[in-house]
Amino acid sequence: MNVSQGRSSVILLIFFSVGFIFLIRLFTIQVIDDSYKASADDNAIRKVTEYPARGLIYDRKGKLLVYNEPVYDLMIIPKQAKNTDTAQFCKLVRITSSEYADLFRKAKNYSQVKPSIFIKQLSVETYGTLQEVLFKFPGFYVQPRTLRKYPDPMAAHLFGYIGEVDTNITKKDPYYKEGDYIGKSGIEQSYEKVLRGKRGTRTMLVDVFNREKGSFHEGKFDTSAVAGQNLTLSLDATLQAYGEKLFQNKVGGVVAIDPSSGEILACVSSPGYDPNLLVGRMRTKNYATLLFEPTKPLFNRALMAYYPPGSTFKLINDLIAEQEGVLFPNTAYYCDGGYHMGSQTVKCDARHGSLTLQMAIAHSCNTYHCYVFRSTMDQKRFKTSEEGYLNWRNHVLTFGIGKRLFSDLPQELKGNVPSVDYYDRYFGKGRWKSSTVVSLSIGQGELGITPLQMANTMCIIANKGYYYVPHIVKAISDSAGISPHFMEKQYTDVQAKYYDIVIDGMESVVESGTAAGSKIKDIVVCGKTGTAQNPHGRDHSLFVGFAPKENPKIAIGIMVENGGWGSDWGAPIATLMIEKYLRDSISRPELEKRMFEGVVLPKIYMEERLKEDKKKQEKKDSLATKAIVAERKK
Amino acid sequence: MRNQGGILQNIDRWMVVIFLLLVAMGWVSIYASVYNDEHQSILDFSQNYGKQAIWIGGSLLIALSILIIDGKFFAAFSYPTYIIFILLLLVVLVVARDVKGAVSWIDIGSFKLQPSEFAKFATNMALAKFLSTLDIRMKDLKTKIVSLLIIGLPAVLILLQNDTGSALVYAAFVFVLYREGLSGNILIFGFLAAVLFVMTLLVPKIVLFSVIGGIGLVFYFFVRKKRQNILIIAAGVLIASAIVFSVDYAINHVLQEHQRTRINVLLGKEIDPKGAGYNVNQSKIAIGSGGVFGKGFLQGTQTKYDFVPEQSTDFIFCTVGEEWGFVGSFVVIGLFMILLWRIIYVAERQRSQYSRIYGYGVACILFFHLMVNIGMTVGLAPVIGIPLPFFSYGGSSLWSFTILLFVFIKLDAYRLEILR
Ligand SMILES: [Zn+2]
Repeated sequence: MNVSQGRSSVILLIFFSVGFIFLIRLFTIQVIDDSYKASADDNAIRKVTEYPARGLIYDRKGKLLVYNEPVYDLMIIPKQAKNTDTAQFCKLVRITSSEYADLFRKAKNYSQVKPSIFIKQLSVETYGTLQEVLFKFPGFYVQPRTLRKYPDPMAAHLFGYIGEVDTNITKKDPYYKEGDYIGKSGIEQSYEKVLRGKRGTRTMLVDVFNREKGSFHEGKFDTSAVAGQNLTLSLDATLQAYGEKLFQNKVGGVVAIDPSSGEILACVSSPGYDPNLLVGRMRTKNYATLLFEPTKPLFNRALMAYYPPGSTFKLINDLIAEQEGVLFPNTAYYCDGGYHMGSQTVKCDARHGSLTLQMAIAHSCNTYHCYVFRSTMDQKRFKTSEEGYLNWRNHVLTFGIGKRLFSDLPQELKGNVPSVDYYDRYFGKGRWKSSTVVSLSIGQGELGITPLQMANTMCIIANKGYYYVPHIVKAISDSAGISPHFMEKQYTDVQAKYYDIVIDGMESVVESGTAAGSKIKDIVVCGKTGTAQNPHGRDHSLFVGFAPKENPKIAIGIMVENGGWGSDWGAPIATLMIEKYLRDSISRPELEKRMFEGVVLPKIYMEERLKEDKKKQEKKDSLATKAIVAERKK
Repeated sequence: MRNQGGILQNIDRWMVVIFLLLVAMGWVSIYASVYNDEHQSILDFSQNYGKQAIWIGGSLLIALSILIIDGKFFAAFSYPTYIIFILLLLVVLVVARDVKGAVSWIDIGSFKLQPSEFAKFATNMALAKFLSTLDIRMKDLKTKIVSLLIIGLPAVLILLQNDTGSALVYAAFVFVLYREGLSGNILIFGFLAAVLFVMTLLVPKIVLFSVIGGIGLVFYFFVRKKRQNILIIAAGVLIASAIVFSVDYAINHVLQEHQRTRINVLLGKEIDPKGAGYNVNQSKIAIGSGGVFGKGFLQGTQTKYDFVPEQSTDFIFCTVGEEWGFVGSFVVIGLFMILLWRIIYVAERQRSQYSRIYGYGVACILFFHLMVNIGMTVGLAPVIGIPLPFFSYGGSSLWSFTILLFVFIKLDAYRLEILR
């Protein structure tokens, strides 16, 4: 019993020691240490968020493309806002007293004690006059924020835009608080974590006169904001601006990539818009306006619009056939103006006579390529057409077609290469064969390829068999570099030795073939024109290519909606951009002038434009007022 | 000596009064911590204090029911209760999964039952039952192993729910085992292990190993004449190194990022006032700003302005510290100390071994919660989310502590009926 008596005392002793230690600790922080008592009755504590500057964005030559401009949010803590002279206040911030009441009620409903935004993004003048008298209005203070600014408006689709976080995001990611901004598309979205930096907080003491009396507890609990990291893009601003200028009054997209690295040099989607429109208080209003434009300027055609690749796709078919061992440089087929299957005929533009591969590419002979496709799909080793088709389709996928490339641009779409299932459903299982789907040989039918994918296939041919995943960011400040994902060679399953004859064919296309009108003196451009059938109107004009032939520096894919032949608009614009990039001067001023001035607006847009103009103006006005009211209410 | 004055006659008033005081003060603090101008009614059921009022009503009913139940019941049903709660913990583990992986309750209608809270009570019963069995000796290895299993099983299941805090509570049972005859060395060993644990985090491993080796060498020169002692020293050095290694491994591979950060912040290795250190800093500001007498009821700014996180659950003590100052903190800690003393005192007067062991279990569980919870609000313990008994908002926690305590009160009231 004695032993256990001792043991119960030991246990009690331990209990009491801990209790005693707590009391000493509490005595220290509550009674001895004065520093915690800084919040006396007449002081209030205010937590001020320090918003970091978002990272800047430069082009590949170090030209500043995106920077920040300070703006000021007027904040309120309803509980501290007492005895406000509303008349004077409303006059200062230019709102009516009923608007004031609305805003105040809204802030109060959010929280009595937590700060919220009363008026977003005060103009510099309002801020200036308000700042001097703000001490008269306890509970109100000004929170500096920054807005994006684009000194040379371009590449709006690439940059994307920033918007306020919604509740979906604040629920998912604890970093974001109500009122925060987040990248919502483009680079701003895909590099959000890099660009945003790290928020800081200061706990300030504020006296009854609404004056900050200094940092609470000597700033011990403060954290400073860390600015976002800067991005250097692979984008060539000169080339981008040039591409956008060439595309004025035209609809479509062009992507240029450096094949040796996968770096995107230019990425134009037309029509574009001034990125400065989607910034600040006017964002909502302008966004609505852009959304209603019939030409859909918010739609990033370079990454999202896919069209049948037309004749540009013949190159891929040739490569696959070579790899399959059914096509050789000297393989000859006879063209009598079309490819005949029973009663049906795939027409050719001319009677080309007997052709070998290089000339078939140069003159874009449909007949020849129908034979090529058939020989690929109907090999003896395949028991069914499905098998032959599947084999062909798997080759196509390795060219980055029909699948996402996973570039660092978030809106990228995967295009389309029809699946076996699709044809089974469409024609019935076992009821289709090579002749049924022969339009694939000339890039028509259900195929869909985006300009980004078109440019990427040119990287593959320029590199003779591989590509780097296209990417727009070249370097990130304070960081080891971009993702290794962009450094790996992605191989196709066509061996390097098969590319030379196709490249020779592409050289002939520009030298003497379908794109001969777009030849550049002293630069050997390898290219291929294409025309995408358009059931809704005039065909789309396509061109793919790279240059120079030896040691290629730029690969390009372009699509001009309703532009007709590939040689009409696609090839001239693409070769002008190639020349601009490689030489920075243009040897063909007349062609350039013609391209600048050309208007290739789809008919439907033109009509709609006139019709809509009136309506739009009315809508614009009412939307504008609505947007302003909505903005204020926030 | 038959019980003649009804159930309320023989109950220990000290414990009941302190229980009522703590629950009342807890409710007042919850009210103060979420009070704002819009919700002033004390029975607003959309607010935590309104809901807590319901929980308190329920807990009083539970307390009364326990006092009515026959005292024989508890010892007899110890094992079944234990098994039921082990099964419930398994159910939670299997059924109640969530994307976050940390869900530890079972929904029964709108009521959320948290088996991990009640499992403490069940474990205490089972342990008391086992150790009070005739001819059980603490010295036997078998006794030690079975005790460890009884305690360890629920702890491991709770750990698997990702609720490290609630699992750690089971360590408190070591005091019960000590009281029942486990060697005192285990406490000393535990203490040394804790010191080594902290050292592993603070001191580079090379330095630590040199120090351990150095101490071993010094001892070796003192006692080298006796062969047996040399073996003990060698074993000591080995065990110490093993602890260092395993702690290092656990910190880097077993603990999750946020837990690792919390420990580092506590030890001053990492300064991150906005991140992991945020809660503790805010809580220290709130308590420290209370001064000697506090700011007065509902006058706290820190806790009310949402600067303190989880102010009505894990950080409820901040409200006490801020609004009632050092005096209020002193009273609360004092009340807990008196309660602990009273439980030990009453446990020692039991004739039934079961009741005594059970009583010690109650004291140890309460003590552990108190130590970790208040320790974390004043920055002396890592931020491990376990509630302050009787104070913190939450039905499962309040009810489980009520049951834990009142079963003991009942066992004590019943002691006079046991004829041995
Ligand atoms: Zn032909």
